[in-house]
This record gives sequence, C-alpha cells and structure tokens, in this order.
Amino acid sequence: MYTSFLIKYGEIGIKGKNRRMFEQALMDQIRFALKPVDGTFAVTYEQGRVYVNASDEFDYDGALDALKKVFGIVGICPMVQVEENGIEKLIEDVIQYLKDTLTEGKHTFKVDTKRANKAFPMNSQEINMLLGEKILDAFPDLSVDVHDPEIMLHVEIRTHVNIFSEIIPGPGGMPVGTNGRAMLLLSGGIDSPVAGYMIAKRGVAIDAVYFHAPPYTSERAKNKVVDLARIISRYCGPIRLHVVNFTDIQMYIYETCPHDELTIIMRRYMMRIAEEFAAQDGSLGLVTGESIGQVASQTMQSLACTNDVCTLPVYRPLIGFDKQEIVKVSEDIDTYETSILPYEDCCTIFVAKHPVTKPRVDRIRKSELKLAEKIDELYRTAVDTAETILVK
Amino acid sequence: MHEIYMDNAATTRPTEAVVSLMNEIFLSDYGNPSALHLKGIDAEERVKTAARQIAATLRCKEKELIFTSGGTESNNLALIGAAFAYQRRGRHIISTAIEHPSVKKTLDFLETQGFRITKLPADQDGRVSADSVKEAISEDTILVSVMYVNNEIGSVNPIAEIGSMLKAGYPDVIFHVDAVQGYGKYKIMPHAMGIDLLSVSSHKIHGPKGAGFLFIREGVRVVPILYGGGQQKNLRSGTLNVPGIAGTGLAAEEAYQKFDKKTGTLAGMRELLREELSQLEDVTVLTPKEPLCAPHIINACFSGVRSEVLLHALEDKGIYVSSGSACASHHPSDKSTLMEMGYPKEVTDSVIRFSLSLNNTEEEIETVIAALKELLPVLRRFKRR
Repeated sequence: MYTSFLIKYGEIGIKGKNRRMFEQALMDQIRFALKPVDGTFAVTYEQGRVYVNASDEFDYDGALDALKKVFGIVGICPMVQVEENGIEKLIEDVIQYLKDTLTEGKHTFKVDTKRANKAFPMNSQEINMLLGEKILDAFPDLSVDVHDPEIMLHVEIRTHVNIFSEIIPGPGGMPVGTNGRAMLLLSGGIDSPVAGYMIAKRGVAIDAVYFHAPPYTSERAKNKVVDLARIISRYCGPIRLHVVNFTDIQMYIYETCPHDELTIIMRRYMMRIAEEFAAQDGSLGLVTGESIGQVASQTMQSLACTNDVCTLPVYRPLIGFDKQEIVKVSEDIDTYETSILPYEDCCTIFVAKHPVTKPRVDRIRKSELKLAEKIDELYRTAVDTAETILVK
Repeated sequence: MHEIYMDNAATTRPTEAVVSLMNEIFLSDYGNPSALHLKGIDAEERVKTAARQIAATLRCKEKELIFTSGGTESNNLALIGAAFAYQRRGRHIISTAIEHPSVKKTLDFLETQGFRITKLPADQDGRVSADSVKEAISEDTILVSVMYVNNEIGSVNPIAEIGSMLKAGYPDVIFHVDAVQGYGKYKIMPHAMGIDLLSVSSHKIHGPKGAGFLFIREGVRVVPILYGGGQQKNLRSGTLNVPGIAGTGLAAEEAYQKFDKKTGTLAGMRELLREELSQLEDVTVLTPKEPLCAPHIINACFSGVRSEVLLHALEDKGIYVSSGSACASHHPSDKSTLMEMGYPKEVTDSVIRFSLSLNNTEEEIETVIAALKELLPVLRRFKRR
C-alpha cells in the first residue's frame, strides 16, 4: 500500500552553500542502494525534501533495508502519496490510510497538517480539527491525545498530499562522497571492515588494499576479503579493491630482519604500498582497523613505528574500541559471520612467537636498511602486479 | 595454462556422454517417474535402464538397487537401516578406525542409540585383516562395515576374504562395504564375495554429483531413514532424481567397458608417479605397494613443507591435488587415516594425495614432478615455528 518514502536528513541541512551538493550526493547514494531492489524508483527533490517514489509494485522490505544503509538519512517515512483533490477526497484518503496501517486495540492519535500549498481552501488548524473528528467517527478504538500521541498522523498538502505516521531511523552520518576518498587496509579480520564502515559513515568514499601471500594463503582467503568488501559496499558504495601479492616481500623480510620485528616491518611496507594506491585513486588518507593494545603491533610504540613511514594522515576509527564493541558493530553491519571464517591471512602466518611490543623507531629503521639490496625491486613488482577488482 | 587435475578421489569430471544424456533428460524426459501418464512412464524407463546398466556391473538383480543422493546417504541408509532392522538380534557393530566420516560419524550416532561399536585398528599398510574381524565377532554382532579402498592412502581391504569368512562362519552377520573409492576400480561381485550392502557414489566414476546407490542383497532387511511418498519400495522416499540416476547408469557402464586395459593404464601411471616421487629428496610415499593399493591413489609426505602451502603452490601452476584429510578439520577427535595409523603430526601435516583418472597422462605426471622439483627447495626455506 505504501507508494513512497519521505527521506529525512540531518546534518546536511546545516551545510549552508554546500547543501545542494550534499543533497545531490544523498540522492546518488539512494539510487545506488536501490539498484538491486525489485521495483522502479524515482528519487526526487522537491521543496527541500527528498522523496523516493515507486512507480509500480515494489519490494517494500527490500527497499527499506537498502535505505537503512544509506549514510546521511536520519529517518525514513513510509508514505502514501495521493492527488490533491479537495477536502472530501482528503478525508477519504486519510481514513483509508488508517484502515491499512492501524493495528488492533485502542490507540491515541493526533493529526498534524502542514499546508505548503496555500491555495488549499482551509488552514492547517481547520484541517486538523475536521480530520480528527472524521477519524473519531470512523474508528471507535481511537482517541485524541495532543501531547503524547501513539500515532502522529502527518498530512502534508503540497502539489500532492503526503500521508505518513511512521518514522524509521536511518543510519545517520553523511552521504558517501561528500568528504573525499580514503584507502582502507582491508584484511579478512573483524576490525578492518568495521573501520571502513565507520569512516564511510562520515561521508568518505572508500577504496581498499588487501595483501595476500600465495601459496601460504589460499584463494578462499582472498575471496573472503572480496565478500567483506561487497558487504561494506552496501554502505559505502563501489570499492576499488587492490589485491597485492606480498609473498616475496614477506619472505625477504623474514630472511633478512630479526624475527621479532617481522610484523612491524611488514606493516610499514603495507602502509607504503597503501599510500602508493592512495595516490593513484586520489585518496586523502589511510584507514586501518587498529585499536590500542589489541595485539603486539598495535601498542602505542608499534603504532608510532608504523606511522613513521606514512605521509598521509592515518585514520583509526576503532582506536578506543574494545574488541566486544567492534564485534557488536560487525554483527550489526553483517560482516561478522564472514570475518570469522577460518582462512589464514598473511599476518597470521608470518608471526614470530614473541614479537616486540615496544619497538623503537630508530632500531626498526636500522633493521630496514638491511633490506636495501632487493626491496625496491620487490616493492615495485608488488605494486605493478596488483590486481584491481571493482567491488559493488 | 594447461590444467592438471589430480584430485579424482575427491570428485571427477563427468564424461561428455553422461552430461549430454542428462541434458536431454532434463529437457525432454522431465516427468515424475511415479506419474501415471506417458511423461512419467518415459522417465521411469530411464530409471529402469540405469538399474539394468548398474546391475550388469555387479552381477546382481535390478531390484537389489536403491538410488540415493550419493555415498554419504548410502552409508547412512546401510548402517542405520541395518542396525535398526536387526537390533533385536544384537547390538554390536564392527568397523575400522580408518573409515570415511560418513561411516564413522554414523556409527558415532548409533553408539548414542545404544549400539556397541568396535573400531578395528589398521595395520602398517592401512588395512584390516579377515582374522582381526573374526576375532572381534561376539554373540551379539549384527553388522560388519569395512571400506573397500581407503580414500586417503588408497589401501585396499581384503573384502572377498572377509565376506567369505563371514558367510562360512557367521551367516547371520550383515556385511556392509563402503565402495565409494573401489567401485569402477575393481570388479565387485557382491553375491560371490559375501557382501550384503554396498555403497557407491556416482561422481567418483565420472557421473554426476548428488547421485549414487546402495546395493541391498535380496532378503537383507533395512529400515528407511527417509519417510514420505513411499518411492523405491518405501525404502527411500523422494521423487527420483531421474537425470542423476540415468547419468549414474551410463557412467557405471562406461567404467566397466575395457576394464582391464583401463585399470592397467591407471595403475601404470600410479607406479610412474610412485617411482618419480620416491626419487625426490625428503619425500616418502605412504601408499602401500601393489597389490595392496588401488590403481588411482598415491599419498606422499613432503617433509618440512605444510600440505596446504604445497597445495596452493601447485595450484598456482594449474595442478590440483588434495592435502589428504589431515588439515580439513581442526577438531582433535576427527582423526585422519594417517593419524589412526600412528603417524606423527610432522608427517600428517605434510602429506599430499594425488588421485588419478584416465583423463591424466604420463606427460602430466612428468610436469607435476618437474613442478615439485622447482617448488620444494623454495618452500623449505620457510619453516613455521
């Protein structure tokens, strides 16, 4: 019975001159999100409002699920849109709307009319009172409560009439694409997809880089990362995923440097390579799933050593999160089940028994000097042979 | 890149003839074989043809065959069906420690239902003897289940010997054989060999996945594990998988044409692979020697290299093999054949199973050996601590 959605957005409203740009990005993201949903949808902008109108029968639950993933939306109002054709027709439509949506039992209600079309012959207050009266006549189980109604029935008279009573919360945040791009270091774990999601929530478009180590990691581990990218792309739009073969660099570090420094040095090279792709894709920062103290490579000292090689800002949205909090988000955004599939990634295979937890930048730099002979060539090859997958 | 598929014990490529027959049935003879009209009768004829083709390979009657979804279902039906049918006679079942999980786990279930299970250990060749079976038999033994060919190392059990021992001394004991790896590689005559129940899977013999059958010797009772429309004499309800059954029949017929020549070629390639592998440094072939081994499986240990890593390195060269079943599970109670045989973790973590079909060639074997010679020294540079 619903024909449309009224989309409520929050922070965009206060963005002054940029407002149109934000609204445009929001509409683009809504269109992208609705693409796989059964139905034909028109996303329109009218008098400071964004509407989604279905032209024919459509998958209501699918559309609602898709809209709940569009950053920038704070509320989704499933709505009936009808022709404006005089007060008698309006009464009929409102009664019909309540017949279709009312659940059993006694409820309180209030009518809230907004009359944008001033040509309509009655004013808002008069319409409220008339509709209230007619509703009370038609539904004996309903009573009026103007202070705290269970059903807030909105009637908006514009070029059309919009009738809605429900506001379903959206994810908040800002439309993806309004705040530039960032390069996510994506692994198969729980944290990095969540980190990507959180940065995207602030309007940042995401690309990603994944390091694999064949034959030490399997094709399934790579497919799992593609699957994770696909899940978060439901929120952040299409993702360019760069898959880098890291085996030779890892082996070389393994054979050349102290084993307790392996992970740190490895991560420094991952950051360098990520910056390379960030430059290619026009990214303004790197994103990682690091959280202080979670593992040896995420102590304050280790983070400083990793950060040491970066020229771009490194965003770590999970930095103050406990593992349980990260797991909670990953469950909410549906990445958890995929993240816990048991395929090893390159980080878990090449770990030392006792990695350094308080590495010193000067020592790590010195260890890296030992790599001078071959590392540039290996680095070049890793970047040049990377495979780029467009995930959407 | 030329693809070299040496994982035929996991599954095989269906033959062109099987696929085109199934395609034709999918599109034309799609009727329900239980239907009364002509469309149903045509489909039923396809099933009868398959039963004739299979019965000819086993020298059995067509009505002794029940079509199933494959090896796992056949093993479940045989073991659960026979155990419950004969439980008043006794509650003891004898099997081996190296059975496929579809037998092992089914026996675990029967144990929870009050049956007593004896799992005979395998000898150094991965086999059990007729004598060890005989020793385990007690008053209340109702069922013996022994696999024909072990899926991990390719060892072959003395099925005919066990069968005749049972029929001579213990005619009331039901003998089940899991022949998923043996059918198509050996001429199996259940009536002559004293076999009462025989499980077969279609996709191991170049037939389709999701199809197989259970031979049930006439007079042997089995209670159903699936209930419903009463198809297949009430023993296996469910609409018959007509294309799958027809594909199975044709694959069975093809498998036993020019049989001696084909198994000879296969065993020849296996021996070539065995010799070449034995000459590599720090490689030990674990599959027992002829005549204790099946013609298509060679299992070898590559010391100092993890199975999965070598598997992926070979995959990178278009060579598909299996890591045995050792790494498939992280559950400590799920022991592989090699673990049951007492091999230490260093060995079981480093085994690769090569399993051949007639689609393989001697040149492919040479290519695999060359790839191993190139990869092994590189992979041994990195040892996991």
